Amino acid sequence: MNRYPLWKNLIILFALVAGLIYALPNRYGETPAVQVSGTRSSVKVDTAVMDRVEKLLQAANIQPEGAFLENNSLKVKFAGTEAQLKAKTAIQEALGDNYVVALNLQPNTPGWLAKVGAKPMALGLDLRGGVHFLMQVDTRAAVDKAYERVAGDVRRELKDKKIRAGSIKRLVSGVEIQLRDEATMAESRKAIERSLPTVQIAQQSAEGNYRLMLTLTDEEQRRVQSDAVKQNIATLHNRVNELGTTEPVIQQQGADRIVVQLPGVQDTARAKDIIGRTATLEVRMVEEDAAKLSEALAGKVPAGYELLEELDPRGNRPILLKTDVELTGENINGAQPSFDEQNQPSVEITLDSAGANIFRQLTAENIGKRMAMVLVEKNKGQVVTAPVIRGEIGGGRVQITGSMTTADATDTALLLRAGSLAAPMEVVEERTIGPSLGKENIEKGFNSMFYGFGAVVLFMVIYYRMFGVTASLALGANLVFLIALLSVWSTTLTLPGIAAIALTLGMAIDSNVLINERIREEVRAGVPPQTAIKAGYEHAWATILDSNITTFIAGVALFIFGSGAVRGFAVVHCLGIITSMFSAVVVSRALVNLIYGYRRKVTSLAV
Amino acid sequence: MLEMFHLKKDIPFMSYGRLTTTVSLATFLLAVFFLFYKGLNLSIEFTGGTVLEVRYSQPADPNQMRHSIEALNLSGKHQEIQVQLLGSPRDVMIRLPSVSNMTSAKLSETVMAELRKTDAKVESRKVEFVGPSVGEELLTHGLTALALVCVGIIIYLGIRFEWRFAVSAIIANLHDVVIILGVFAFFQWEFSLTVLAAVLAVLGYSVNESVVVFDRIRENFRKAGMRGKSINEVIDNAITATMSRTVITHGSTEVMVLAMLLFGGPALHGFAMALTIGIVFGIYSSVLVASPLLLLFGLTRESMVKPVRVKEEAVV
Repeated sequence: MNRYPLWKNLIILFALVAGLIYALPNRYGETPAVQVSGTRSSVKVDTAVMDRVEKLLQAANIQPEGAFLENNSLKVKFAGTEAQLKAKTAIQEALGDNYVVALNLQPNTPGWLAKVGAKPMALGLDLRGGVHFLMQVDTRAAVDKAYERVAGDVRRELKDKKIRAGSIKRLVSGVEIQLRDEATMAESRKAIERSLPTVQIAQQSAEGNYRLMLTLTDEEQRRVQSDAVKQNIATLHNRVNELGTTEPVIQQQGADRIVVQLPGVQDTARAKDIIGRTATLEVRMVEEDAAKLSEALAGKVPAGYELLEELDPRGNRPILLKTDVELTGENINGAQPSFDEQNQPSVEITLDSAGANIFRQLTAENIGKRMAMVLVEKNKGQVVTAPVIRGEIGGGRVQITGSMTTADATDTALLLRAGSLAAPMEVVEERTIGPSLGKENIEKGFNSMFYGFGAVVLFMVIYYRMFGVTASLALGANLVFLIALLSVWSTTLTLPGIAAIALTLGMAIDSNVLINERIREEVRAGVPPQTAIKAGYEHAWATILDSNITTFIAGVALFIFGSGAVRGFAVVHCLGIITSMFSAVVVSRALVNLIYGYRRKVTSLAV
Repeated sequence: MLEMFHLKKDIPFMSYGRLTTTVSLATFLLAVFFLFYKGLNLSIEFTGGTVLEVRYSQPADPNQMRHSIEALNLSGKHQEIQVQLLGSPRDVMIRLPSVSNMTSAKLSETVMAELRKTDAKVESRKVEFVGPSVGEELLTHGLTALALVCVGIIIYLGIRFEWRFAVSAIIANLHDVVIILGVFAFFQWEFSLTVLAAVLAVLGYSVNESVVVFDRIRENFRKAGMRGKSINEVIDNAITATMSRTVITHGSTEVMVLAMLLFGGPALHGFAMALTIGIVFGIYSSVLVASPLLLLFGLTRESMVKPVRVKEEAVV
């Protein structure tokens, strides 16, 4: 009766073999490598690039260990870090600015394992060092900005339709339009309804006071907010790419937070600098009226104006701007450093079609006046340049010149290109872990796991003899299953994750203790050995199920409400409970069956 | 056969009921007292602020470091600057409050520059900055998780057993949680996110223990041999029968946790410590708190074993 049918044994064997195969890649270490990818998605990294790199390395007398293409990027492995560093410099020099060349570590998974999709677990920041940021997106600012755009659109629309409107005011949550009479109000309402379908219009008409109140629909507000987070994520992706890190993690967390993790980044200062920079571009008109300027300088800035500084190598100059934003960074498609006709460094901006239209209209109406390009970083605006408009500029190509160096131009272009954030962000959490600490954490985590595992196995074997051996083998199988599952689901292993593996192993032995104690009880009660095994497993099952489910409930709650460290712990904990039920009950039973089930006569059990 | 607990007679646990309940009530109240009197030493994950972990080339002097950092006059809040050794005399942890007019990068740079004056080879191993808004959220999330675990377990045990079991188990295990928190408050050990994870894991784990005992109690009620016994005897028998399993299971889990405590370094220290306290009190509470509570709530044989209902004959 203590025999599993053949199919059951085969399934267990299959599970064990699969577990071993998928857990195996973690045995192999990592090799230093250089990763080449394009700065923009349009730059293709293909076999031609690979060929070039290989020839180049040959010329530089650096022997690569292997090279392969993956996800539009080239990865070249090297024997040591010295060769890796030399190769990086050589490749970067030869390929130029269109490619990002980054140092990274490639797993040494043998080819046959990689073919079946087996890969090692990714290591978390606390295990390999790196930078972690949690950014809070100011979604209210995004809605604010949307209202600014609405106000601008209304102004343009009414002007186009030649409707005379009074003031168009931006309120805290809405746009207010003052109108002359009933007729213009109806007319403008019709015009706005047609051109701006996403706004709700409320009208007020008292004696000689005709007003339209525009608000965004709730749905639209939600859309604006979630779009802002999404756009910021895209922006962060661009920035991180500029940084040349590999395997970055950029994810949304909750409604308005973004997690950025840059594993293995050594130059944390630069990473912080580029990630932390939040720049948006605004085009605004300059107020030239000297009286207003001197009033502002005296500390009384007139309503509707803002006093900013204009960047100048000879010292910044104060400049008075209108608060109305004509154009924002959202309409920018690209920005490149270039040179103007006088061979001065400049930044060339390409606008999207809506931006191009606005810009053409703006320049046509304001010939002879000055407009300002304002770079807003962390809620502080700085005027990069304030050129005089010489004529209408169409086609959406704008060249900004000012007093800047080539490096400034490159930097400004980078900021504009990668920096069109839909809403400002604030770093609410930041963690930098040095690589040496990471290495130590791995070592300590695994050491404690193995010592603990060894002690438990030793005890089980001494105390329960043969049944201790089967329990220990089952515990080993549990470890293999757990690691295989974590690897297959590309979970990131963190220190709390290692702690969870150790804890789960310590708790998993409970099931076998329950079973073995039950078998002992049956033996004591004088039940024959084969029946004792069967009864022991059967009686223990209900208890094992109940106790594991309660633990599982705690694990799931941790997973739902935990963040970061706690979540990593919870994932491993929950998976471990599932694998432990399988290995402790099914695998150990199969082993016991193989040992005792096929004997003709069992007189005593080694339990 | 190597045996630790093969007892011929059941230990009369329930007759100690009054004593054990008094002892646990006393420890519980003591823990609550320290929790309120001293409060938890929350890590910056909850309070916000900046933590630096640095390694010196020679043994460092925390007091002198503290003075030199205070001399920087970062925020005026001197009492909130903490400098302590981390495992070895060369590893130091520096905890700073949130400084409003400085980014964390600049703050850590300023401090590092100051430290380099005394030892040029000091190495920054970890910098952690948490804004003040995140912390509050973590606390509410932690409490929500705690509540969810309790509700989930009560529902599950209520279905599998009976409400008396569910409520006793939860009270017994919340008692463990409060004691862990009390110990952390008493020694002013740092209460971090990983410690919170450990506390919640303990909650699931000790319920585990109560479930095993409860399972036996239910089984005993159904056994023919137990029919004439009183409730106390039935419970005593259940606890005695599961005792060796209890000790062995908790022993092996504790061995694992002890390995983390000894070899895991400072990063796992709080986690392992919380689990150790949880495991020790978990054994105690599920045996000597949960079971007396069952009696207190008026458990009877009928509440577990449904009396066979006599079918009413249909009147034709």
